[in-house]
Order: sequence, then structure tokens, then C-alpha cells
Amino acid sequence: MYKLSVRTFFGACALLTASLLLQSATAQSVGLGIPVTEAQLQAFDLIVGPDGSGLPEGSGSPLQGKIIYEARCQACHGLNGEGTIDNTTLAGGDIHSETTPVKTVGSFWPHATTLFDFIRRAMPADAPKSLSNNEVYQVVAYVLYLNGIINQYAVLNKDTLLTIEMPNKDGFIDQSQIQ
Amino acid sequence: MKKTPPAVLEQVAGNGLLSRRHLLGVGLAGLGTAATSAALGADAGVVFEIPGWSKQPAAGSSSYGAPSSHAGNLQRLAGAPNPLYPGGGASRSPLQHLQGTITPNSLHFERHHAGIPDIDPAQHKLIINGLVRQPLVFNYEDLLAYPMVSKIYFLECSGNSGSLFGNNAAAGSVQSLHGLVSCAEWTGIRLSTLLEEAGVQAAARWVSAVGADAASMGRSVPLTKAMDDVLLALYQNGEPIRPEQGYPMRLFVPGWEGNISVKWLTQLKLTSEPSQFRDETSKYTDTMKDRRSLQFTFPMGTKSVITSPSGQMALTRKGLYQVTGIAWSGNGSIRRVEVSADGGRSWADAEIESHQSEKALARFRIPWQWTGADAVLLSRATDSTGAVQPSRAAILEERGNLAQYHYHGIQSWGIDAAGAVSNVYV
Repeated sequence: MYKLSVRTFFGACALLTASLLLQSATAQSVGLGIPVTEAQLQAFDLIVGPDGSGLPEGSGSPLQGKIIYEARCQACHGLNGEGTIDNTTLAGGDIHSETTPVKTVGSFWPHATTLFDFIRRAMPADAPKSLSNNEVYQVVAYVLYLNGIINQYAVLNKDTLLTIEMPNKDGFIDQSQIQ
Repeated sequence: MKKTPPAVLEQVAGNGLLSRRHLLGVGLAGLGTAATSAALGADAGVVFEIPGWSKQPAAGSSSYGAPSSHAGNLQRLAGAPNPLYPGGGASRSPLQHLQGTITPNSLHFERHHAGIPDIDPAQHKLIINGLVRQPLVFNYEDLLAYPMVSKIYFLECSGNSGSLFGNNAAAGSVQSLHGLVSCAEWTGIRLSTLLEEAGVQAAARWVSAVGADAASMGRSVPLTKAMDDVLLALYQNGEPIRPEQGYPMRLFVPGWEGNISVKWLTQLKLTSEPSQFRDETSKYTDTMKDRRSLQFTFPMGTKSVITSPSGQMALTRKGLYQVTGIAWSGNGSIRRVEVSADGGRSWADAEIESHQSEKALARFRIPWQWTGADAVLLSRATDSTGAVQPSRAAILEERGNLAQYHYHGIQSWGIDAAGAVSNVYV
């Protein structure tokens, strides 16, 4: 029944049968949500989907990203993404290594969009959301460059980021149907 | 003879009168009733006197209660702060000290990705947007006017018990090894009520949930689950949700890995595909032997663990003990728990308390006479779908040891002739 409108002022209710009105009466009884527009949420909604939805305007290259990275990321992630302590390695690794694989952006992450989404919402860990959208594109570009996925002259924006194929993109088995 | 165990029965008066701290520290396992009665009866010379606290009035009521000062060992176990991961980390529930099935709010396990935000509910917003007929924002005060339900559910971090994937049996207590599980009564609004108010579009299949912590942690929830039993939880065991559990509001996804119950919930975005957040790709996925990784492994497996006797406890006398523990399943209720004291050669059914419900902890107990010989205590749960808790070996055979999450194998507690209890592999 969740496809039914629950806001009576849409006027569509006139078309509903009496039984449908009764069925949805509980959900309709409060209605205190305040309408907003997606435009109002543009700065609030940080979700970047694997289809590129939510990617903002802006761009960045690895060479630009190196400057940001060395200022804001290197202390934890190491000069070349080799990491400092557990779970800070973001470059290198081989998911098929004989020994326990080192999981990094290059060896493990299936989507480049996740890198943009995560850096923008959660990094740097000591000052999340302090990077501009351009700076996020730049850092994403540099991390992909450190992993050998793009060259140093590549420019990432909302279109080119979507064209990137991550090495482990086929390495996951979706279990979500098991509920 | 004893190996200086961490908890020994302390005699505070002659002839077997024991410190009451043992009722908290060792639980019922340390005090067989027959042995206690015998000890009391053995010395008719014991003279009972009125204790000092019965002879003078004490401090009166308080505005917010606190545990007894004698219950100082009732503590969560937190890892050391990591300067590279500010506010990150976990604390674990002291399962060995708890009875029944409800975890007190102060002892519910925690897992944070960027600390605990101090949120003023008057300024907190819950947004619903994406594939809806009308994006909406909800204020906290307004949400309190919605119909609510109260449900008892366990919550388990999918990283709980992860050290049991290791090649060597780690030293530890039931708290340090399995303490990322808790159980509470959660009160809140059915998520379907709020999603229906926004009007779910036909193309929507997933709900991306985002928290208001500094990590803005996000997870994707299948719409089918979101419309089923997921709650926007506002209360925990009767009081507003604690800050470390997501005050003023959290998503609560019954039976599923804890990380998906996003705390400090501030956004629900309806989408056609999962958002592929960091915490559902790089983290909370399980790499198998063939190096492919299981993703979106949601329901927590059928599981049990003996909480007493358990790791780092000590049996201090031969005789009667009460073996007790907790069992749970992300897919239903617990139907059966079997216990073995001989490393799995023979099993007996434990008593399960009758009020267990779907996706909640169940408490089991079984009396046990310890002869003083080596023993290995195991428990094995069966849930209402018929799923039986697997052995550690079966999990390793199926998944290998590269996985880090969703471990639900049978726990083995070894007891040596000195009575020391430790984590062992059988």
C-alpha cells in the first residue's frame, strides 16, 4: 500500500475507493512532514550513487590532488598511500595474493563513486566535509593515480568519474536477496 | 593449585560466608545452591548480626539512578583511543555479568565511526527524499505525535566474534570476544508510516540511510525490509535513546547486522539501486577463499554463547554449577539450545526462558556438576527456521579465514583441572 499518497491535499484522494481510504487511514492520520524541494537539499544531500547521481559540478586532476593529499591525507595514509597503521593503506595490494590480501581502493573497492562519496562525507577524519567539491575531485584523482587506475594528467568530473572501471568491480556477490 | 584466576570466591567471614560482590562478579555459576546450603549448615557456630547499613539512615533518592558503588566491575570494555581515527572504535557489553535478556542502556555495546555527536533535537532534521512523491522534513517534536510500537530486539555488530576467525584461540572473556551484542526494548515509529507519508515511487527499491555524525555514515536498506519491520527508534528501554545509540533518533533494522541500524539518522533517500557506501563495500563485506566478497549479508546468523562459566572466569570448587548463556537469530526466535560439557561428544537440551521473541536474545540455563576434570563447554542454538548454529570448522570450511564479519560459530570454553576457563578451539 505504500505507493498510495498519504497527503490528502494532493486531491487524488477523491479517486480512491472508500476501502483504500480506510486502509491508509492510520498512515494519513498524522501528516506532520513538511514539504521540501530537492533544490533545498542540494547542500544537505551528500549521497553519490554508482550511477553518478549526486556528483556535483567541479573537477580535479592527480597533480592538483597531490597538493591536497600531502597537506590533509598523508599523515595517516602515508606519502604514497602505503598507510601508517591498520586500515589506512589505500594504494597497492592484490586481492588474489597468496597471503592475506591487502585491501585498498585499488585492490578491493568496486566503485569509484564510493571514493568521492566517502571522502566528501567523512574525510579527512579530523575535519570531515572541509574539502571543497573541486578538492574532493582532486583527491579522488590522486588516490586513483596512486593505484595506477588513471594517469597523472586525467581530469575527473561528474562525467569522467563515471567512466572509471575499478579493478575489483566484479569481485562482489550480492546477498541482499537473502532476507 | 589455583592459577591465580581473576575472580576467586572471596571469603569475608568464617566458614564459607562469601562477599556479595561475587553475585555480580561471578554470577550464579560460582554458587551451587547445594554447596552453599551445606556450607551454612556445617558450622552452627556462625552468629548472624544486623549489618551496619541497617542501623543508620543513608542518602536518599536521586534524580537519575546509578549502579551500586560495589558493582564497579559492571563496565563496558572499550579499546584505546586511536588518534588517527578520532571518535572511532567500539565498546563491548559485559555479558559475563548480565542475566536475563535486556541490556541496561549504560552497558549496551557501542560502535562509532567518528564519535558521538551532541545533537540538540530541536535543531535535528529527518529528511526523506529521492524517489518519493513529495520530499519531506520531520522535526523531532512532530515525530513524537506519530503512532509508535515497542519491540524487544537484539543488536549485534557484524564484526562481533571476528577474532574467532583467527588461527589461534585468542585469550579473552565472553565480553572481549563476543560483547558486540546487546538487547533492548526499542520504541519508535514504523518506518513504513513515514515512507508512506512521503509517497514511495514505483521505481524505488532501496532506502539510503545517513547519520548526522561527523562520518555522515550511510547504509543502503532494501525497501522490502524498510517497509516490513524497520523502526525509526526514539526510545531505548523506556528512555530517550542514549547519545551513543543515536540520540535523538536511529534507524533500527531488526535482526540485521548492527551497522545498518544507522544512528543519529538524518536522511532517508529512496533510490533504485544501493548507494554503495564505503561501509557496504570496503567494510562489512566478507572475502571468501576464492577472493570474491559477499556483500549485503544482512541477517545475523543463528548463534549462542555461554556467558557463565566463560573465558577468564575460574571455577573454585567441584560441584554444582549453573551453565547459562544467551542465544539469538536474525531470522526468527530461538527454539532450542543444546549444551555439551565434553567438547561436543554428547549434548543435552538447556532450558530456554519462555518469553523469548523474534530477533531478541533468549536466555538458556542448564545445571552442571563439575568433577574437577578437564571439560569443554559448548552451546549450539537452533532457530525457528530450523537453522542450526555451525561449528567453527564448518564456517572456516565454507568461508575460509579471510572474512572478518558475521562469525556465528559454536564457542568452546575449556576448563582445566584448576578450574580456569579459557577460549579454546576443539
